[in-house]
Amino acid sequence: MARNGLISRRRRSSDQLDGSDPSPCGSEEVHVLAVDDSLVDRKVIERLLKISSCKVTAVDSGLRALRFLGLDEEKTAGGFNELKVDLIITDYCMPEMTGYELLKKIKESSALREIPVVIMSSENVLARIDRCMEEGAEDFIVKPVKLSDVKRLRDFMTRDVGDITRSDEGDTTRKRKLQESFHAPSSSPFVSSASSSSSASTTPSPSPTPSVSSSKPIAASTDFDFMGFFSTRVKGDNGRHVDDSDRHLNCRKEEMVG
Amino acid sequence: MDVAQLKRQLFEYTTLLFHEGFLDEQFTQLQQLQDENNPDFVVEVVSLFFDDSERLLNELAKALDQQNTDFKKVDAHVHQLKGSSSSIGAQRVQRVCITFRNYCQDKNVEGCLKCLQQVKHEYSLVKNKLETLFTLEKQILAAGGSAPM
Repeated sequence: MARNGLISRRRRSSDQLDGSDPSPCGSEEVHVLAVDDSLVDRKVIERLLKISSCKVTAVDSGLRALRFLGLDEEKTAGGFNELKVDLIITDYCMPEMTGYELLKKIKESSALREIPVVIMSSENVLARIDRCMEEGAEDFIVKPVKLSDVKRLRDFMTRDVGDITRSDEGDTTRKRKLQESFHAPSSSPFVSSASSSSSASTTPSPSPTPSVSSSKPIAASTDFDFMGFFSTRVKGDNGRHVDDSDRHLNCRKEEMVG
Repeated sequence: MDVAQLKRQLFEYTTLLFHEGFLDEQFTQLQQLQDENNPDFVVEVVSLFFDDSERLLNELAKALDQQNTDFKKVDAHVHQLKGSSSSIGAQRVQRVCITFRNYCQDKNVEGCLKCLQQVKHEYSLVKNKLETLFTLEKQILAAGGSAPM
């Protein structure tokens, strides 16, 4: 259970003590590490998170994020989430280290892999989204980030684990819920303390209910609006159309392979 | 002008900016993030956008002035400008950036130069309009009105 202990203990123990959902403005503050090389975007995401009652640390690069998390390039193992980061939200396209590379490093670290990572990107490209989700990202947000995007993440972070199997709003235009991608079995902090949900976690749900189905490959799911992708892509409003012309940018290098 | 008149003027002006596509719903999002504890949030973000954009426009002019244009560099700058304009809701600037990036991809110097002029133009327009908007807000506050947003 050592890995579970690295997630904010205070929050987890309050989940176990009472079954009720702690208030979003409770003393158990969610600590989010935001990573974005754009100063404008950092300011906006910081405000979005703070207004959603999160404690925020904003850094401008993947390297700084890793240093903050106690995982330097020199260290191959180790790293220690002593600052109790509950969620990492990172831009995809950044110089030197992309959000994808950062995601991989976090998921490769035994100390940090439990921390949910959310990717933000201005490009709504399925291949990119797929790769991030396959690498273990919890969610993928298309920029510009809105309050509703952050609220959705925030709601998940403070939700009681017993709520996981409960049918959510069924809003099929929403982007995919965090827990749907949680492939890790019982070691997942979001599943372990709710034994009643364990049976539901192995039963694939035909409805768009976000049950913790660990075996279903996400890309194959067609019985729900995958991450609101279909509605998002069809919308094409606000300049959010697929703009695939960034091949030479650092964030595209990995997409050119294979 | 009394507060009520100023407020009406601000409302009409803002509506026009949205209608003409200078601003989009993302700007409204930013306004929603402003409250009595953070009364200058929008002005602060927009100021960052102004500084960032001016830097990028200078870099773009320099990059496009080179003998052998480094289109990757140009595109990287435009990508940043597109991102930040999107984040504050400066829709027309963002749209020119999209066209701009296409010319970069095609390695079309002339097209890029044209877009640079266009984006500079759109940027100065939206800057002007936002400054007018902020001035109106200040006038309302000075006249004893409450925070308009």
